[in-house]
Amino acid sequence: MNHDFEPQIIAFCCKYCAYAAADLAGSMRLNYPSNIKIIQVPCTGRVDIIHLLRAIEDGADGVYVAGCMEGDCHFVCGNIKTRKKVEYVKKTLSELGIEPERVEMFNLSSAMGPRFAEIANQMGERIRNLGPSPLNIKQAA
Amino acid sequence: MSTKGTNNKVGSVMVVGAGVAGIQASLDMANAGYYVHLVDSSSSVGGLMAQLDKTFPTNDCAMCVISPFLVEVGRHLNINIIPNSELESLEGEAGAFTAKLKNNPRYIDSVKCTACGQCRQVCPVTAVNEFDCRLDLRKATFIKFPQAVPLSYTIDKNVCIGCGMCEKACLAGAISYSDQARFSEIKVGAVVLAMGNELFDPSLFDTYAYSRHPNVVTSLEFERILSASGPYKGHLMRPYDREVPQKIAWLQCIGSRDINHADHSYCSSVCCMYSIKQSMIAKEHAETPLDAAIFYMDMRTHGKEFERYRERAEKGSGVRFIRSRVHTVEPLDDGGLKLKYIPESGEVLEEVFDMVVLAAGFATSKDTKALAQRLGINLNAHSYAQTSDLTPVSTSREGVFVCGTFQSPKDIPQSVMEASAAAAGATQNLSEQRWSLTLTKELPAEKNFSEEEPKIGVFVCNCGINIGGVADVPAVREYAKTLPNVIHAEDNLFTCSQDTQENIKKIILEKGINRVVVASCSPRTHEPLFQETIREIGLNPYLFEMANIRDQNTWVHMKTPQRATDKAKDLVRMAVAKAALLESLPQVTLDVTQAVLVVGGGVAGLEAALGVARQGFVAFLVERSNELGGMALGLNATWQGEPVLPYVMQLIEDAKKNERIKIFLETEVGHVTGTIGNFTTTLKSANNPLDTKVINHGAAILATGGKEYKPHEYFYGKNPKILTHFDLDAAVRNNDKALKDSKIAVFIQCVGSRTEERAYCSRVCCIHSIKSALILKKLNPEMQIFIIYRDIRTYGLREDLYKEARQQGIRFIRYNKDNPPVIDSDNGQELKLTVKDHILQRPIEMNPDLVVLAAAILPNENKTLFEHFKVPANSDGFLVEAHAKLRPVDFASEGLFLAGIAHYPKSIDESIAQAKAAVSRAMRIVSKNTIAVDSVIASVNPDRCAACLTCVRTCPYNVPRVGEEGYAIIEPSDCHGCGCCVSECPGKAITLKHFTDDQINAKTDALFYIEASC
Repeated sequence: MNHDFEPQIIAFCCKYCAYAAADLAGSMRLNYPSNIKIIQVPCTGRVDIIHLLRAIEDGADGVYVAGCMEGDCHFVCGNIKTRKKVEYVKKTLSELGIEPERVEMFNLSSAMGPRFAEIANQMGERIRNLGPSPLNIKQAA
Repeated sequence: MSTKGTNNKVGSVMVVGAGVAGIQASLDMANAGYYVHLVDSSSSVGGLMAQLDKTFPTNDCAMCVISPFLVEVGRHLNINIIPNSELESLEGEAGAFTAKLKNNPRYIDSVKCTACGQCRQVCPVTAVNEFDCRLDLRKATFIKFPQAVPLSYTIDKNVCIGCGMCEKACLAGAISYSDQARFSEIKVGAVVLAMGNELFDPSLFDTYAYSRHPNVVTSLEFERILSASGPYKGHLMRPYDREVPQKIAWLQCIGSRDINHADHSYCSSVCCMYSIKQSMIAKEHAETPLDAAIFYMDMRTHGKEFERYRERAEKGSGVRFIRSRVHTVEPLDDGGLKLKYIPESGEVLEEVFDMVVLAAGFATSKDTKALAQRLGINLNAHSYAQTSDLTPVSTSREGVFVCGTFQSPKDIPQSVMEASAAAAGATQNLSEQRWSLTLTKELPAEKNFSEEEPKIGVFVCNCGINIGGVADVPAVREYAKTLPNVIHAEDNLFTCSQDTQENIKKIILEKGINRVVVASCSPRTHEPLFQETIREIGLNPYLFEMANIRDQNTWVHMKTPQRATDKAKDLVRMAVAKAALLESLPQVTLDVTQAVLVVGGGVAGLEAALGVARQGFVAFLVERSNELGGMALGLNATWQGEPVLPYVMQLIEDAKKNERIKIFLETEVGHVTGTIGNFTTTLKSANNPLDTKVINHGAAILATGGKEYKPHEYFYGKNPKILTHFDLDAAVRNNDKALKDSKIAVFIQCVGSRTEERAYCSRVCCIHSIKSALILKKLNPEMQIFIIYRDIRTYGLREDLYKEARQQGIRFIRYNKDNPPVIDSDNGQELKLTVKDHILQRPIEMNPDLVVLAAAILPNENKTLFEHFKVPANSDGFLVEAHAKLRPVDFASEGLFLAGIAHYPKSIDESIAQAKAAVSRAMRIVSKNTIAVDSVIASVNPDRCAACLTCVRTCPYNVPRVGEEGYAIIEPSDCHGCGCCVSECPGKAITLKHFTDDQINAKTDALFYIEASC
C-alpha cells in the first residue's frame, strides 16, 4: 500500500449528535486525520443518495454519514431512513466495481467526542488501506 | 398572587453585579417581559468568569463560553447596563422600590468612545493591570479586557498625571477629565443581588511565602498565566525568572476550612475542581513533561462528571494527589520552593517545586458587607446572604433576591441556576406589569439581493491564539480573497467580540456585501450571534455561513499547523461555495400555547408548577404515582435543620388549591409531538393505558426525580441494625427506641457511589450522615459515633456541620476504595465491623448497635419517557443539560427544561433553586403569545410533484398531505425541517430551505475544486 496516499473523506454529520460530537472531540483535543471534512446537515435524513454519489464522483476516496444513535434521532427516524440509503449506495458502488466499504453509516451521541475521533480514525485507516478511489486512479491515468 | 394588591408596581428590575449570575438573571428577566437595570461597580460586565482560562469539567475556554452572553447582554434592548456604579440605598417596598445609585466617573464618555485605542497609545503612564492579577502592566487609559461590554475606555484617575495627551489624541472628543460622580434614582419592582465574591488574600499566610516570593501565586493569578490573552500569552512560565516550571504544587484550602489564619471555617466548594483543571491544563501547555502535585485535605469532587474528571487527572494525566496539609513553604536561592509536609504515614517529608499555586477560597468583600448593611440584608455568620434552604434565593428583605457566590460559595452552573431562580422570584409578584416597560426594536427592512450577484465577505477569527496560534490565519485570509465572489476578507482577534460585530456591520455597508462567511468556532454556539448582527443592517440572517476552523480544525490538529492551515482553507472554500448559493428566508412566527407541562410531582415538580402558576400561566403537573411529594416525603430536615414535611405538605396544598395548576396523578406521558411553543402531549392513565387525554403546552419541565439505592452490600435488609439514610430518617420520625439505646453507631459512606459500577459522587450523603450523627448524639450523648468515609464532602457552608460533629466527639475514620470496612454478621444478631484506621494504620474492630449505610442516589428509570421527549441521559442515567456550565437547566432541544435529582443528586435547596430556574427559563417562551421559529423548512414545487405520496409516508411527523390540489402540501408551521422527505422525493419536487441539493453539492464540489455547475 502506498504510504503517501492521503485519502479525501467527506463526513455528513447531523447537527444534533454527530456534529456536536465532532465539536466535543475538538474541545477534548482529540486528534484525527485532517483530510476528513465535515458537512453539516440538520438531520442525516436530509442526506440524499445523490450527495453520497456526487462526493465519490467528485473525487472523494470515502464518504460517511454520522447521525444520532438509532432510536435517539432528533427527528425520530431520519438516521434509520438514511442507513437504508447508505446500503443502497454500497450496492450501487459494488455493481460499478467500486469497493462498497468506501461508504459507511455511523451512529453516535453528542456526548461521544472520543467515539467521533475513533470513527474518523477508523474510516481514515480503512480508506488508506483500500487505496485511492478507482475513479481517482482513472483520472490520474 | 399579588400580596399587596397595589397597582403601582413597577415592571422593571435591578440586578446588582454583572458577573455570570447577574448576566443570566438579567437575560432571563429581559426576555420574559421586564426592563432590567444591570449595575456593576466595574467598567465592564463579565465578573470573575471573564478572568478564567478554562472551565471544568469540560475544559471549555471560559471566554468562548461567556463571550456570546456578554454580547447578548450588551446588545439587549431591554437591559440597561450601568457600569462604574454602586447601589447607595433602596427605599420603598417590594413591587415599588426607589434605588439610589452613585455613578462613578469614567472620564471617557462611553457613548462617544469608539474603543479605537488611540488614548492608550499616547498615554505615558504605566500602571499595574488588575485584570491580569498584577502580573502585567497597562496604561492609565485602559479597557478592562478585549471583549469588554460596554466596549469603551476608562481612565484610572489614581495614576493619571493629567498630561492631556489622550484628550488631544481622541478624535471622538470622548475624554472628560472633569467628569464627576453623579447620583441617580431608578424605580424598580424588585432587586437581584449578584455581587459575587472576592478571593481570599493569602498574604496573611506568611508560612506560604506568598508576599515574599513571586513564584508563589494564587489560583486566579495562575488562571491568567494559563490564559491565551493573559500576561504570558498562554505560555506556562513562572513569574520570578520566566523559566518554564518542571514541577508545580497546588496547595488546597487556602483561606477555606481554616479558622487559624483566615477565620473562614467554610469550604469554598470550587477549589478542588479548579486545581484539578489547572493541573491538567498546565500539563497540556507544558512542552516538557510537567510534574503536577495537589496537596489536599479532602478531595471534593461532588458535582456532575466531577469524579470522572478527577480520575482522568490521576490516571490519564498523571497528576499526583497527596493528602496532606503543607506546613511550610521555604524559598530557595534559585527561585525554587521547598515544601515541608507530613503525609498520613506520619513521616516528615520535603520536596522542591518550581512554582506553588495557592488555591484561594472565596471571601465576602468589605464593599459587599457594607452594601448588605445599607440595604438591610441579613448576613449569616460567614458574611454570606442569609437564606433559608426552603427559599434559597430570597433574602431577609422582601422583594430582594440573591444568587451566586454572595449566597454561598459555589461553582458556575450552580450560580447560573440560582440566577434564573432569583429572576423567577423577582418577577413573580410583578407579572401584572410584564411588558409594561420593555422596548421593542425596529429592525431595518430586509434588503432584497435576489437580483444581485453574490458579494461575499469573509471574516476569519484568530480566537485569541486558539486558531491563530495553530493555523496561519493571515494565509487563510489572503486565500479567501482569491475565491469566487469574495469581495472582502479580513481576520479578527475575536470575531465574536462586540467591536468586531460593529466592524462587520460597517464593512458590509461600505462594501455592499450581501453574503457573509465567518470562519471561527462552531455554528452550534455562535451562528445566532452573527445572524443577528447581519440582520441588524438589513441582511436576512440566512445569508450567512460558517466554517468551523477551531473546534473541528485547530483544536484537532494542534500538532500539525500546516495541515490545520490547509484544512482551514478547504473549509473556507466550501463555506464560500455554499454562501454564493444562499437565499433569504422569511421569518415564520407561531402562536405560543401559554402553558407548561411539568413531569414529576416531587419537590422540584411542585415548585416548578407553582412557579409557573404564580407567573400567571397554566401548569399541567403529571405524577406517575398516586401521591405528590416524591422523595422529600421520606426526609426529615434540610441541612440547616429546617423541617421538610410541613413544607412539602404546604406545597401540595398550594398546588391543589391553585386554579392554574391541573394535577394528574397516576398518569404517564404517552406521546409527545410538536416543537418549542407548541407541544401536544398525550397523557395516559398509569392503570389503564386506554384512558388518555391530550394537552397542549408551550414548554415542558422534566423533574422526574430519583431514589435511594438499595444496597447489596453489608447485609442490608438481612439485619435490622443496618439501615440506609431513608430508613434512619423514618426511625427518627417514629421515635424508634433502638436508636436511643444504641451504644455504638457507625455510618459507612459511599455505599454504591464512587464505585466501578457507579463512578459518580452522590453529593448529599456526607452531609446527611453528619447531620444524622448529630441528631443521634442529641438523642443519646453517650453514644459513640463513627463515620467511616473516603473524603468528607461538606461543601460550602455545610462545613459547619463537619466542624460541629468533630466538636461533639463524633469520630471520623477514613478508608480507601480498595480497603473498605468489613461487617461480619454470622450469628445474625451481633455485628462485628472491622476497618483499618488511617492514623493508626492498623485494623480496628467494633460491635455497632446501629450501622447506617450512606447509599447512593439513583435517577428514576424513565427510559420511555425520555424517549418520548427525545432528551438524552448520561451513562449514569441522569439527564444531560444543554451546556454543563451556562445552560444547566435547559435541554439542547428548545422548549424543554430539567430540574431536581433527574439532573444530578442534590439537596432540597438546590432542587428548589433549579425548579425555580426552570420556571424562569420557561417564561422566556410562554410569556409571549408568539414565537419566531426556524425558517429551515421543506417546500414543494407543485409543478414537479406527482402526488406519489412518498413524502407522506416518509415524514416522521405526518406533516405532508395530498389534497384536492393534486400535489403535496407541507404546512410551514408544522414542518420540523429534518429534510427526510426532500431526500426521498423521487421527483425532486421538495427542497429544504438553506440545505438545498445545490448548496450541499456545492460544498463537495468546492472541496475538489470543481466549479459550481448549478
